[in-house]
Amino acid sequence: MSFDLVVNVLIAGTLTGLVYGLMALGLSVIFGVVRVVNFAHGEMMTVAMYAATVLFAMLGLDPFVVALPVAAAFFVFGYVLQAGLINPFITRPEHSQFMLLVAVAIVMVNSLLMVFGPDARNVQVDYQLDSFEIGKILVDKARLYAAAAAVLTAGGLFLFFKHSKAGKAIRACADNYLGAKVVGLNVKKYYALTFGLGCVCVAIAGCAMVLLVDVTPPLGPAYTLLAFVIVIVGGLGSMGGALLGGVLIGVSEALAGLFIAPSAKSMFSFGLLIVVLLFRPQGLLGKR
Amino acid sequence: MKRRQFTQALAAAAVATGFPGLVKAQAQKLKVGIILPRSGYLGFIGQSCQKGADLAPGVIKEMLGVDIELMNADFESNVDTARTRAERLIQEGANVLVGPFDSGAASAIAQVAEQRGVPFVINIAAAPLITEQGYKFVFRNFQTAGDIVRNGLALIGELFQATSTVPRTAVFMHVNDTFGQAMAKGIGAFMPRLTQLPFKIVDTISYDPAAKDLTVEVSKAKASNADFLLLVCRLNDAIILRREMVKQRWNPMGIVSPGSPGMYEEQYFKTLGKLSEHSISNVPWYNPKGRLTQVVEKAFLKQNPKDKLVFHGLNAGFTFEAILIAADAYKRARSTDAKTLADAIRQTNISEKMMLGGPIKFNEKGQVEGIGSACVQNLNLLPTVVLPTGAATAKPVFPVPGYKKA
Repeated sequence: MSFDLVVNVLIAGTLTGLVYGLMALGLSVIFGVVRVVNFAHGEMMTVAMYAATVLFAMLGLDPFVVALPVAAAFFVFGYVLQAGLINPFITRPEHSQFMLLVAVAIVMVNSLLMVFGPDARNVQVDYQLDSFEIGKILVDKARLYAAAAAVLTAGGLFLFFKHSKAGKAIRACADNYLGAKVVGLNVKKYYALTFGLGCVCVAIAGCAMVLLVDVTPPLGPAYTLLAFVIVIVGGLGSMGGALLGGVLIGVSEALAGLFIAPSAKSMFSFGLLIVVLLFRPQGLLGKR
Repeated sequence: MKRRQFTQALAAAAVATGFPGLVKAQAQKLKVGIILPRSGYLGFIGQSCQKGADLAPGVIKEMLGVDIELMNADFESNVDTARTRAERLIQEGANVLVGPFDSGAASAIAQVAEQRGVPFVINIAAAPLITEQGYKFVFRNFQTAGDIVRNGLALIGELFQATSTVPRTAVFMHVNDTFGQAMAKGIGAFMPRLTQLPFKIVDTISYDPAAKDLTVEVSKAKASNADFLLLVCRLNDAIILRREMVKQRWNPMGIVSPGSPGMYEEQYFKTLGKLSEHSISNVPWYNPKGRLTQVVEKAFLKQNPKDKLVFHGLNAGFTFEAILIAADAYKRARSTDAKTLADAIRQTNISEKMMLGGPIKFNEKGQVEGIGSACVQNLNLLPTVVLPTGAATAKPVFPVPGYKKA
């Protein structure tokens, strides 16, 4: 097996993994602060992918251009969803929260089916089939741009949580719910803000992902599952863990496909999940 | 209830339950239950088949003078639903069942048809076992998986002869579902016997038909340095794979399917545009020069003015022929009695047909033999028959323009 083949596959796996990581980052942020597991995460990303295809079809806009308005719309959606629907469930048993978000997911999938039908949709931009050629190494342009968008978004989110006043307040709410209330923070407002930010990650990941895969309504549950695998491997609630988990899953799937059998790719990501659960149940960067 | 009303009701019930044959014999129309996957993951193809069913009553009335009433049922790409839809169609009075473009669903419907004693004419389904069960009411006018592979490989040999090319190596990529595995087995079994084929398979790569990314698969295939790609695919994966080949700048002599859907479907052209050009599928196909094809095409365009028969040729053609078989039997039997109708279907001998191959005649297992395949190449954004020469409307292009030896 040639060296350049391995490098090509490694690069593709890393870049795809970064986009996966951004998607999972949203899930991790929401859980890390609100302590609610978003079972509609993949479905939300599918909605973002459809939004990108619709805007591309209607206005001819590049998915990276529409990422900003779609992210803004998703922020509002996430904020309203948390403030109006999920906040009342915060103190209820976990199975109630679980059922609520599963119901939201089912409504989303079926709404997409009703509006768009079962056929696959995509966008076709000029650079979508182009690659950068460095010697024998080919780097898919769309994949590279998507990964760059993922890194930039994740970086922005890190900076927001680290340096902004609202970010610090959110971290305070995550660290000590009672303490945050005692010092006068409006915890539910910050929860809604966090859910909105999680949805921003999902929206940008969706706009980037639509350049790599065609979108169909049933795609959602598969991505929800993938996001769970990534955050469990990386550590639920850890932002860095989500990105690391994404890259690990992307790379392990690519290498398994190359060295063992392409049809065994997903078996490897689940194998990795089992190993992590056995030896480091809190995830690679998670806290006990 | 008065005595007269009671007597009338009793007589009606007696006729309906005790003498069903008598009631059916008096029917004016042949009720054909059409079971297709018009929604779900096979929805696109199910709707394509439905176009063949919709035009059948008009064309057949002209041809045979037989009145047909279609009873349409959607089995939602779900085998269990196919079974219940078949039950319901029979309860509602279907004299014969037609469908379903799926081997799993065909097996389920065949069991129901056999239990209830209602003839079932399969339009498209390739699993060989369906007609190996000793069923008396199940008939298939489509190639089995083995026939598809044998004909598909033979056409590859003809393609190389016609284009005077001698590729030495192929990389074989196939979906890993039931259909793909069956095709892979068939290729493994037939390849050693077809000594006229000049190439050997240097690598075999199976993949998930639901895969969203085929980067690794295409990287491996490209690294094999094979002269051409032998592909058994479905629709969505064929699109993803073709795009990935462009991204990775892999330009083999061609992409040739020995008999699978995907590359001749309308969606393949719509999504890929020029990238769909020159892909080759060796599949059961209609005779574009046939007289019946012209009649069907006219009816098709009347019903679908913005569409083209060529994108629905296989699906609509075999569905139309399945209904034609039922109507022809009904005309000869002059009865809708299930057993009489099944006996008449068994005696079918239709020489004027739409699809390539010999006359429609069922063997003792209920299988039509001698159905032909064509080498269908995408030329000028249309699936075009390039072989066999008798049915061809263009010459094959192989290797494809832009071929670069790896």
